[in-house]
Amino acid sequence: MAEIELLPKLFRTEYQKIVAVLCSLFGIEHIEIAEDLVSDTFLAATETWSLKGLPENPTAWLYTVAKNKTKNYLRHHSIFEQRLAPELRYSSDKAEEIEIDLTVKNISDSQLAMIFTVCDPVISSEAQVALALNLLCGFGFTEIADAFLTSKDVVYKRVSRAKDKLREAKIRIEQPSLSKINDRLENVLTTIYLLFSEGYYSVSKNNTLRKDVCAEAMRLSRLLIDHKTTNLPQVKALLALMCFHASRFEARTNVLGEQILYDDQDDTLWDQSLIRAGTDFLNLASTGTEISKYHLEAGIAYWHTKKEDTADKWENILQLYNQLLILQYSAIAALNRTFALSKARGKAAAIAEAEKLNLKDYHFYYSLLGYLYSGLDNTLALQHFHRALQLAKSAADQAMMQKHIDSHVP
Amino acid sequence: MNEFLIVIHRDLSSKDASPSPEQMQQAIKPFQDWIGSIAAQDRLVTPPKRWDSDGRVVKKEDTVINGPYAEIKESIGGMMIIRAENYDEAVEFAKGCPILQWGASVEVRMALPAPQ
Repeated sequence: MAEIELLPKLFRTEYQKIVAVLCSLFGIEHIEIAEDLVSDTFLAATETWSLKGLPENPTAWLYTVAKNKTKNYLRHHSIFEQRLAPELRYSSDKAEEIEIDLTVKNISDSQLAMIFTVCDPVISSEAQVALALNLLCGFGFTEIADAFLTSKDVVYKRVSRAKDKLREAKIRIEQPSLSKINDRLENVLTTIYLLFSEGYYSVSKNNTLRKDVCAEAMRLSRLLIDHKTTNLPQVKALLALMCFHASRFEARTNVLGEQILYDDQDDTLWDQSLIRAGTDFLNLASTGTEISKYHLEAGIAYWHTKKEDTADKWENILQLYNQLLILQYSAIAALNRTFALSKARGKAAAIAEAEKLNLKDYHFYYSLLGYLYSGLDNTLALQHFHRALQLAKSAADQAMMQKHIDSHVP
Repeated sequence: MNEFLIVIHRDLSSKDASPSPEQMQQAIKPFQDWIGSIAAQDRLVTPPKRWDSDGRVVKKEDTVINGPYAEIKESIGGMMIIRAENYDEAVEFAKGCPILQWGASVEVRMALPAPQ
């Protein structure tokens, strides 16, 4: 039953391609019709293929059926015609002649247009991520709910509301102009990185799903790189960053799904091909005059792909964190800078800097202090780890803090 | 919390005015560590930039003087804006400037609210 295995794969790769083309053709008002038509196509494939076996070229089969279903739909829905995009409206009485262009080029153009539509700032970044998973990556509501650890209902509402907002704002699905790319690219990259993080840091037990989410974020940035107008240094830096992170995917959790800290990871599990790919993209990203936060983060992640602690490694990481913080403050970067400082210049220097940080609500702040004091003043270290445990919110974080405490009890 | 302008003044006419590439290299890390530390405390408002030391000075009647500044021995080597509670705190930040040991001075000025 080859078709049983092939269909989910095709669904993952082809669903969003056809949806992108049809959405670009129909405009924002009719996203649901586009989705229904493509869902119908896959339903037809399930039925037909299980009866008659696989067609010679399954993808071409899907495209032909999707085209026919679309033409049929356009022929039978006169109300729909009046609201169609202007370029379609003129030829709508001749539905047969409407070109439903499923060539590689048009698929890729439509996908790019869809990325910029989904990442429109009229919707919140949280909603952008959910909508991207649904519309750009072909994830069902159940899968998204599973990745977000929330209910299907919540995801459904979030996605529907996001679509409504795009419709109300009459956002056009179009090839982004150079000025739009200028304005929006940062937002697009933020959403792609959030999407990646959602998969990477999700505490969902479904490892395959989490990996799929990461792979989709990488695919979307690949799509931007494949487009001449969006093939920019910061995009390549983001992809490099995701490659470096993804290389540690297998090593960062144990069989129980618990997090394994960097120092304790089995580096033979690090995916060397992803590390090489990341290094290549980072080299390709080293053009132009602007250093984005993705360049800096990718640089930091690059040094983390070298397990061995050398003075050079931590000095480089420290300087990259300095630059990252100068560019944009974040609490986590401030904590990581202090950790790098301890590795590069010793714990005493890091403690002095740590005391200046005003991050007293973060359990990570106290676990950092605990780490810095261990070996110097173990009683104080233990106190900090206890404080960290009190502040930790998620079960995974609490377990991690408890581990620190256990290893410091004399 | 107030905003403070931190201005590093250097004597551009002295022999230390144009450091060698090695000196530059040596000075970069402490400088970046200083700014990084301020940034890590979320107190950096506008990061410093690198400024050309050539410069022009404009005076009345369209007089333009090329640098280095014959009449004003010390010139601006760098500046940034930080956030601090008061002068005491801002001065503590300024004391960390590693270029002080090379003879620079650091001017600290508090921004005033716009007049009503």
